[in-house]
Amino acid sequence: MKVVADYDKCCAAGQCAILAPDVFDQDEDDGIVLVLDPEPPAHLHDAVLQAVTACPGSALKALR
Amino acid sequence: MVAGASAAGLSAAETLRRKGYDGRLVVIGDEPHPPYERPPLSKQVLTGEWDEQRTAMRDPAALDGSALDLRLGVRARGLDLGGRRVILDDGEHLAFDGLIIATGVRARTLAGAQALSGVHTLRTLDDLAALRASLWAGGTVAVVGSGPLGMEVASSLTARNAHEVTVITDESVPMERVFGPAVGEMLGRIHRSRGVKLHTGQTVTGLAGTRGRVSGVRLADGTTVPADTVVLAIGSVPNTEWLAGSGLTVDRGVRCDAYSAAAPLVYAAGDVAHWDHRVHGEPVRTEHRINATEQGAVAAHNLLSELGAAPEPRAAYTPVPYFWSDQYALKLQAYGLLHGADRVEVPYADLDDPDRPRLAAFYARQGLVRGVLGTGIPPRVLRELRGLVTLPKPWEDIRGRAAELLAALGSPRHPAVTRDADRGKAR
Ligand SMILES: Cc1cc2nc3c(=O)[nH]c(=O)nc-3n(C[C@H](O)[C@H](O)[C@H](O)COP(=O)(O)OP(=O)(O)OC[C@H]3O[C@@H](n4cnc5c(N)ncnc54)[C@H](O)[C@@H]3O)c2cc1C
Ligand code: SF4
Repeated sequence: MKVVADYDKCCAAGQCAILAPDVFDQDEDDGIVLVLDPEPPAHLHDAVLQAVTACPGSALKALR
Repeated sequence: MVAGASAAGLSAAETLRRKGYDGRLVVIGDEPHPPYERPPLSKQVLTGEWDEQRTAMRDPAALDGSALDLRLGVRARGLDLGGRRVILDDGEHLAFDGLIIATGVRARTLAGAQALSGVHTLRTLDDLAALRASLWAGGTVAVVGSGPLGMEVASSLTARNAHEVTVITDESVPMERVFGPAVGEMLGRIHRSRGVKLHTGQTVTGLAGTRGRVSGVRLADGTTVPADTVVLAIGSVPNTEWLAGSGLTVDRGVRCDAYSAAAPLVYAAGDVAHWDHRVHGEPVRTEHRINATEQGAVAAHNLLSELGAAPEPRAAYTPVPYFWSDQYALKLQAYGLLHGADRVEVPYADLDDPDRPRLAAFYARQGLVRGVLGTGIPPRVLRELRGLVTLPKPWEDIRGRAAELLAALGSPRHPAVTRDADRGKAR
């Protein structure tokens, strides 16, 4: 799985960092998403899919 | 089956799939467009920064991946609860094992608005297209209503000095009902400094027009505010008419229990759902983008659990509500319950630099702090402030810790302000 973020669409709500903290974090200043692990291991895939669904800006994609 | 193909409906559908449901999944939506984001409509799309395509929630491949029977341009007309069927506009009956209602709300309008061109609401992509066409000719704009939506429209239209905008409102300061008078006053100053004209404390009695086109907004004091385009941002109406006579309780939305259930095997989620929030001990309905997603996911889980298709038991839905609004450089972020506050404290405010306004405010009801509003607060600090309001707490438990956290911002150029809201004014 490959994780892609559209930084423009991110509205800094931080859902992703709560749901999948091993994969996402937020910038200290503006809160914009940081992808920590663009190719997360299988045990994190469900959390990533949760974050993709939860993101209020539709800013995240998980590609197979 | 899911009724309503927007934020809550899509979240429910994706969650059903993610949790292993592989049966037939019909999602109906009466708009012709695949699911799209509404928040940018009053922000990046209205300013012209984004084209409309950018609002799509998913690209076609991702939608295909969820294997939905997505029926767009199809409206539900009725619900037969006993027979477990949804009746569509064209008369077709769709049987379901479980139903998630996510039909949202629509914009309220004014009597007589339909008869005049140049009068708009902003809820859908189609609304946006119509509004754009009207703005194309230039001229002055009147926004009726000063909630966050109305003020976003005002800020987006004045950005780049594109339009001359007047906001007309019955509130005494913008966003008074949502954020309280003290915060509203500060935010109003920012809007004024950007050139927005504010007519506060005014009741709108009607619209003026010539030859089928709007020419102004009539006020109770007898004056008319001239306008070539009028945007109505005066609240919303839940889309529940199709449930009339179904046996479901409709009371400012679909009335749900703590699990978001409206009836056995029937759940509601998003703007349309009015559910019992266990932590706050009262029914809550919010029109927040994140709530749509979170409640859609919980409703989907609870439905699967009720059907015996999920190993975990049903979960009560007890979110910390979250809402954001962007106006100029203001990025307002609110956690918890702000409505119904009878006391607001603003321990930090520095709005001197229009490009870097910073503010934190706490909202309490009957002595218990239930919500916090921040703008310009670093994410790490804001997360901690959010932590203070996840459960209602007395002021004594909040003030010290909040002061510590906010001290990290350095001292505001103005001394911190503390003010009380007028009692009982807020919704
Ligand atoms: C301009 C604008 C800006 C916003 N900005 C913010 C913001 O900054 N922050 C924030 O938190 N929230 C914001 N919101 C609110 C947010 O967009 C909503 O909370 C969210 O869209 C709710 O999603 P929903 O799926 O519950 O309902 P909706 O998005 O209303 O979707 C319901 C769908 O169901 C369809 N439908 C209705 N009746 C039927 C029927 N009988 N049969 C079939 N389909 C039907 C509707 O047409 C609609 O497509 C904004 C909203 C607007 C309009
Ligand atoms: S959940 Fe989405 S909007 Fe929020 S920080 Fe993550 S990417 Fe950004």
